Amino acid sequence: MERTSERELVVTRTIDGPPHIVFDAWTKPELLKRWWVPRSVPITLLSVEMDVRVGGTYRLVFQVDSTTTMAFFGRYLEVSPPSRLVWTNEEEGDAVVTTVTFDEDEGRTRLIVHDLYPSKEALDRAIASESIPGWTEMFDQLDELLFEPDAASAG
Amino acid sequence: MVQFSDARLDASFAALSDATRRGVLERLGRADASISDLAEAFHMTLTGMRKHVGVLEQADLVTTRKVGRVRTCTLGPRRLEDETAWIEQQRRLWDKRFEELERIVNEQRKEQIDERTNGA
Repeated sequence: MERTSERELVVTRTIDGPPHIVFDAWTKPELLKRWWVPRSVPITLLSVEMDVRVGGTYRLVFQVDSTTTMAFFGRYLEVSPPSRLVWTNEEEGDAVVTTVTFDEDEGRTRLIVHDLYPSKEALDRAIASESIPGWTEMFDQLDELLFEPDAASAG
Repeated sequence: MVQFSDARLDASFAALSDATRRGVLERLGRADASISDLAEAFHMTLTGMRKHVGVLEQADLVTTRKVGRVRTCTLGPRRLEDETAWIEQQRRLWDKRFEELERIVNEQRKEQIDERTNGA
């Protein structure tokens, strides 16, 4: 992941599989549910509702710890299978726009996940985690797990 | 990964334990300022403000540079370090996530091949 400008974050990866299957994994709730939260992360994805069409909404609810749940929601701005998916993230008020492109490359898929924040300040705030305290804790736990080989290999 | 040593954390907490110093950080978040600007804004003597800025500088929360006779304060490298750490954490989360995605994609691909084979 890279901060490519004051307002943008980009992460890329090549997945071994054709775009139509990778696209399905991003747009079918029963599939997304199985990978969005890595098994080594101590967070549970409680529910996934996705109405994948232009203007359709989605809502993901996570159990962050024993007493806290967090909802992430927004709407789809562009749905072009199997090459492009754009949605808003509206839980913080001013929407962050996520664009995912799926480019075919000899039977594999080049994925680019691009987040556009409404302003430099909004991205700075996300980084400072002030607006989403739950994540700080989550990342701390993630760090612990990733750096403890035993824990990371469990599950 | 960025490791914060205890000494660094102590310096940060000490620096942030004072309301004036938190105010200085907040102000510098909006714009750079000279020591005399800050002294005036917080109704303090130059010497008093220099001391506060010194504590913030020790914790890497503020850096200063002198141009001519004016010492200008800006937010320090600590902020950049926080950003680097955050991005590194995000990158690792995505790495894990993509591994799981690839697993699902492989499984789906096999299922589709099986369906085709069985259907033939």
